[in-house]
Amino acid sequence: MPPLHPFSAAPPTSERLPGFGPAAPAAPRSAGRRVLDRLLARPGVGALFGVLVLAVFFGLQAPELISSGGLATVLDIAAPLGIGGVAVALLLVAGQFDLSIGVVAVGSSLVTALLVTQLGLGIWPALLASLLAALLVGAANGLLVVTTGLPSFLVTLATFLVLQGASLAGAAAIAGSSRVTGLANAPGWESALAVFGATAQLGDGRFRISLLWWALATLLTTWLLWRTRFGNAVFASGGASRAAQELGVPVARTTVLLFLGTAAAGWLIGTLALVRLGGVQVDPALGTEIEFIVVAVIGGCLLTGGYGSTVGAALGALLYAVAREGISLADWDPRWFQAFLGLLLLVALLVNGVVRRRLRTVPRS
Amino acid sequence: MSTAAHLSAHGSPRPVLELRGVTVRFGSVPALSRVSLALRAGEVVCVLGENGSGKSTLVAVLSGLQQPAEGELLVDGRPERFRSPQRARACGIATVWQDLAIAPLMSVWRNFFLGAEPTRGVWPFRRLDVGRAEEITTRAMARVGVPGLDPGQAASALQAGERQSLAIARALHFGARVLVIDEPTAPMTVAQRALVLQSVVAARDAGLAVLFVTHSPQHAHLVGDRFLLLGGGRVAGDLTREDVDVHDLTRLVAGGDELSRLSDSLRAAEHDR
Repeated sequence: MPPLHPFSAAPPTSERLPGFGPAAPAAPRSAGRRVLDRLLARPGVGALFGVLVLAVFFGLQAPELISSGGLATVLDIAAPLGIGGVAVALLLVAGQFDLSIGVVAVGSSLVTALLVTQLGLGIWPALLASLLAALLVGAANGLLVVTTGLPSFLVTLATFLVLQGASLAGAAAIAGSSRVTGLANAPGWESALAVFGATAQLGDGRFRISLLWWALATLLTTWLLWRTRFGNAVFASGGASRAAQELGVPVARTTVLLFLGTAAAGWLIGTLALVRLGGVQVDPALGTEIEFIVVAVIGGCLLTGGYGSTVGAALGALLYAVAREGISLADWDPRWFQAFLGLLLLVALLVNGVVRRRLRTVPRS
Repeated sequence: MSTAAHLSAHGSPRPVLELRGVTVRFGSVPALSRVSLALRAGEVVCVLGENGSGKSTLVAVLSGLQQPAEGELLVDGRPERFRSPQRARACGIATVWQDLAIAPLMSVWRNFFLGAEPTRGVWPFRRLDVGRAEEITTRAMARVGVPGLDPGQAASALQAGERQSLAIARALHFGARVLVIDEPTAPMTVAQRALVLQSVVAARDAGLAVLFVTHSPQHAHLVGDRFLLLGGGRVAGDLTREDVDVHDLTRLVAGGDELSRLSDSLRAAEHDR
């Protein structure tokens, strides 16, 4: 005989089981509120708005910004930043930082240049070797973060310092200066130029192939983020890593893969610059790695993880480039740019904060 | 207890899931020692005990987050090892966690399928089957009494009761045969508490074996067929509904705690000597 339970349910009267969950909400939210929520739920809307506003503003001050020449310059500035930005955006969505991407760019192109000039390797074997070296750095970052649980901000800051010092000292010790040139005679240079340095003349603007790499990186990462299981794991790693682990999402593997991704992006940025300049100049500066994060945040990524988009980061890079080129074309003192960027970042942080609060409202019980 | 030929209410003698002499240590401290337990289809086993009595560790073992140092885990009478949460899920064990953890900024369907997303296409073009995922989510949520839900909305919009429903809908959808519910610690209204108990009963009626972890003997007695009292990581008592009424149970839970405190102080004294 079955035991008596106070909650023993009567036979189900409808298709659904009795007594699961609360009753349906009486009325759905208003249509206007829903549209606003939907719009706010798309990270990158703010950056798009910003790009349009700045393009109109600087376009009125300096009409040549809107010409094909101005456009080419803007896109040229935006491309390397965008490539790094989308990789960092993925990492931010997973709740991690990478400060070492800029120095990986310089360091890997230095490795390529030294292998070619000192050991006489062809361009392609040298590029392969430097890619492996970059991935090694990414793997070290990722594994350190995953195994120790240390904040990735500090781990990659340490990597940044190590690599920065090593590349400055290494360039000076091996090549005798912080500048390594003379790659144009190496075997494979022509094909490398075609892949990483090609240009196309449209009107009075020279468009570089880095643009295509940027577009490719944005499309690939966007598809990964929104349409694959990997993307779902990225969102979950940043948004609720404990829950993700409990449900069997490979959080550690995802994190390491993302660090490999930023390292590969760094290598690509470095290689594009190396092929374009025919050499590499090692500068001591912690500026570019901050810019990648700034671009991702302007694009709507939350610093707390779990939210963001790579299209947003690409738009953030575009916003950055429009502002930089606009200030230069409008004949302002270019030093205003940094102040301007700081303001943009502040606005982006405030807007992101509002979005976060709206999305994260604690359910009333 | 594994030798007792106990027939459950539905008359299925063989446990779906069984633990035999399971021990878990954190360092040298045993969090569970020689715990045995059998879960049968259509039966609710309540696990009772104070904080630190090993309830959470037991849930972690059953869901594959924690590997026991000693002892056996049997699924349908066959020895099994849960090396990962996925393995436990594949064996039909679904867990509703204490914190009802969800990724608040992800959509409902992404939360529903987290860790087991449906895909189509072949690698490297394997992608999420979003349409199917949304459709299944809507249907599964309607089945547990949350109809008309937009699967694309952020999960943060769900209320605590709906989050619980999400977890249970997920368990039912993925063909779970064992439902492990760690009673939420979040402050809840009486109505929401009742909802938790109702869902326990409904899962039992759907033919699942249910393990309900709670610290309240009153709640346990309302829904439980069998009661496992834990104290200091040991089984302090294994009782059926016929053995105890709610007052006995309350007294025993408190007593189990006293017992564990006593054994702890004895062990400490022995250690000092």
